[in-house]
Amino acid sequence: MDTIERNTKSQVSRRHFLVGTAAAGAGLTIGYALAPRILGSATQAFAAGNYSPTALYTISPAGLVTVHVNKSEMGQHVGTAQAQEIAEELEVDWKDMRLDYPDFTAFFTGGSLSILTTFMGTSQAGAAGRMALIEAGAKEMGAQVADCQASKGWVIGKNGQKISYAELVGKGKVDKVYKEDDLKTISLKKPGQYKILGKSVAALDIPPKTNGRALFGIDFFVPGMVYGKIARPPVRIGAKPTSIDDTEAKKVPGYLQYVSTPDPLGVNTHYVIAIADNFPAAMKAAKAMKIEWDLGPNKDVSSDDILKRAKQLVNDPNAGALYWLIGDPKKAMASAPTKIEAEFTTPLASHVPIEPMNAVAFFDGGSLQIYSGSQLQAAHQPMLAGATGLKPEQVVIHQMYLGGGFGRRLDDDDVMIPAALASKAIGRPVKIIYTRDEDLRNDFYRAITFQRLQAGLDAKGDFVAFQHDVCMASSAERAAPNLLAPSKDKGDKVKVDGSSMSGADSWYGIPNYSSRDITNDLGQRATPPGFLRSVSTAWTFFALESFLDEVARKTGKDPVELRLSLLTAKGVDAGSAPMSVGGAERIAAVIKKAVEVTDFHKKHGKLGPGRGIGIAATTHFRDTPTWTCGIAEVSVDKSTGVIKIDKLTTAIDLGLPVNSDGALAQCEGGTLFGLSLAMYEQGTMHNGQLDQTNFDTYTPVRMSQVPEVSIHILANGNTPVGVGEPAVTVVAPAISNAVFDAVGIRLRDLPFTPDKVKAALKA
Amino acid sequence: MRIITINGFTHVVDMPDDTPLLWVIRETLQMTGTKFGCGAGLCGACTVHLNGEAVRSCQTSLEEAVGQEITTIEGLDPAGNHPVQRAWIAEQVPQCGYCQSGQIMQAASLLQKNPDPSDADIVKAMDGNLCRCATYVRIKKAIKRASVDMRKA
Repeated sequence: MDTIERNTKSQVSRRHFLVGTAAAGAGLTIGYALAPRILGSATQAFAAGNYSPTALYTISPAGLVTVHVNKSEMGQHVGTAQAQEIAEELEVDWKDMRLDYPDFTAFFTGGSLSILTTFMGTSQAGAAGRMALIEAGAKEMGAQVADCQASKGWVIGKNGQKISYAELVGKGKVDKVYKEDDLKTISLKKPGQYKILGKSVAALDIPPKTNGRALFGIDFFVPGMVYGKIARPPVRIGAKPTSIDDTEAKKVPGYLQYVSTPDPLGVNTHYVIAIADNFPAAMKAAKAMKIEWDLGPNKDVSSDDILKRAKQLVNDPNAGALYWLIGDPKKAMASAPTKIEAEFTTPLASHVPIEPMNAVAFFDGGSLQIYSGSQLQAAHQPMLAGATGLKPEQVVIHQMYLGGGFGRRLDDDDVMIPAALASKAIGRPVKIIYTRDEDLRNDFYRAITFQRLQAGLDAKGDFVAFQHDVCMASSAERAAPNLLAPSKDKGDKVKVDGSSMSGADSWYGIPNYSSRDITNDLGQRATPPGFLRSVSTAWTFFALESFLDEVARKTGKDPVELRLSLLTAKGVDAGSAPMSVGGAERIAAVIKKAVEVTDFHKKHGKLGPGRGIGIAATTHFRDTPTWTCGIAEVSVDKSTGVIKIDKLTTAIDLGLPVNSDGALAQCEGGTLFGLSLAMYEQGTMHNGQLDQTNFDTYTPVRMSQVPEVSIHILANGNTPVGVGEPAVTVVAPAISNAVFDAVGIRLRDLPFTPDKVKAALKA
Repeated sequence: MRIITINGFTHVVDMPDDTPLLWVIRETLQMTGTKFGCGAGLCGACTVHLNGEAVRSCQTSLEEAVGQEITTIEGLDPAGNHPVQRAWIAEQVPQCGYCQSGQIMQAASLLQKNPDPSDADIVKAMDGNLCRCATYVRIKKAIKRASVDMRKA
């Protein structure tokens, strides 16, 4: 995911801003072109389209500013944040801002990267619009540009004469290109000057989400559309049909036919799709079909088998390759007088967005039109082209609201492709909807992980060596091999996956420090891994931060002091501008904040029988870090094994939270998502198939399980960093450490169920 | 052929009697504010009112809906200005928004019966409505805000 955005960033440096007329009568459009050279004017460029100009926002002749949102809306209100960035620099009233969601542009939404990667460009686009309008206004008023300024949609001269943006746009004469060198001269506002950035504004996508008018992918209709329901084999992946009999399906009123097709891209194995003129009939028909399957290589695989395989691999010193290497941890470990070791496991977890996966596909004059909530249009467009024999530019993916993303809709191709293939086969628009059991059983899961952590300590109990082995199915290896990077020890021969390892490269300044990335081949084959909100940092830090607590206890150190002593902010941990300026000092700052607001030291070890408090600190990710500390307060009932979460506190350094209340909402939701993964979610597999089929057996957090949640956002004016995922990562280790403080047991296996608590108490 | 009344309007529906009301509302009549989430009455995304009572439309058949007053999110208030809807905006509750029609219908039904619910009353009434974005903290606040507004009115 990183790499996709890095490529985008390198394009940003060649970006030219165009301020001109994109469509007659529509007003003034501000966009950018990625062309190496600009011919003619902005308006000519928009008209020709030959620079692939991307419109960022348009000012109407009435003075309303519409932001053309180029990120998917999946609950983070990203369009509102982009509108704040533009309004701030353009100098317009917030009430004049609007949003729309254009058809396919090559984009990606995930990794908590939206704001941090686009903030600069979007702000500059706002400034470019303001500068062009001031120039045009000065000319109209016969004033010098240097004597004019902009405020609330007006250009104002030094003697108080003024002309509105609306009037200037109405005249249709603004036509300006800002080239790369010009962009360098744009100076953006500083935090003290902000009027809209960093403030709380009401999210512009919320009102339609309270009255039923917001349209999600599942809400799209087109005349002549029929419904598809995929008849699934009894294993997650690898099965092919050997015979299909639809005699019984034909008795279902509304059933039309079935389509049987292999997945040409290997995203899944094979699709048998029952087609009917309404969805209930499609569901009945799919159930009524008699299909014989060759179940393929995974028919006997269980989650226990996958975990067993992971343990084998971690025990093999030659397996995998190094993701992170500082000093010589092997040598230092060998000579360390004290060694501490612990192992951690996490189960299969599923995204379960409440909107199940769905897509509408139809062909229109040689083009393929797709309506579906996607987080990765940039990849889905060429994939759909490959699957249907079209050119990428013939595929249009329309933006819809996402009824939850959480990373699931990075892999939305799994429903777009069968919808497109079915539509191609029958020559009609097709809407495919997953039922809930199908959505759970055909997810791209958070993989089963097994980790071994080893510390080498000197005579004083200080770290001299640290080794962190992580074994899991690799999401990048499956879905985005271009994201794999050469390993530290085996180079290109064995590559490593940052989305599975990030976090095992922490900012703790341990002199000899390595982490090893080991792909679980069985998990890779039987449980296609995906990207679940916060991906690796939710498992690597669960292990690391729980382990640090163990080391602190065993060496008689305070868990806060131990962490602070390791956060030296030297060498690689010093950080660099703009993204990680301050480095490890910023983790220390959030730790201190969380400790202060919770009175941690008055409570730690002192809350009395059955009650405890625990701390954990994380950075999500190494290259684009958000600095987060979580503190959990719990009560444990020894007789039932039930952990009651009394309070969760999250302190987080966001640099600049663009929308204060929006950032708060993300942290509240992220904290509770972390709680859900820590306590309540567990997928298990038998015979190549997930056991869980609905929300009675796969059980995300509900209102009755929600504790007091307290969020503390540190805003220090640094570059805005991601907010969607980081809060997820601190919760599981904070709870496991709190449980130790309460009853003296170590929980190293997610989720923390009463059975595991009771078993550990007995041991 | 069945005739049903939704938001005060009658609709003639040509679907089998056992068709879940959810699919009649969403796909046949294309009133898409009511959402499909689980098909088993476990998530609450499809919540509508049947004679003012919150029910799961995925567990209600077309036949059972005949002769009843059905209200969906689109009909809760003609202008989308029900106190619960206002409170949802004031507290900035929705994130992805998908489950919120069901949450709002469930909350409106609770407040109709119990204008001043305690924390425990709110949890009891709302525990069947899943929110994967986990907006629960704000849902609670919004219900309390709506409760105050409704009692003032």
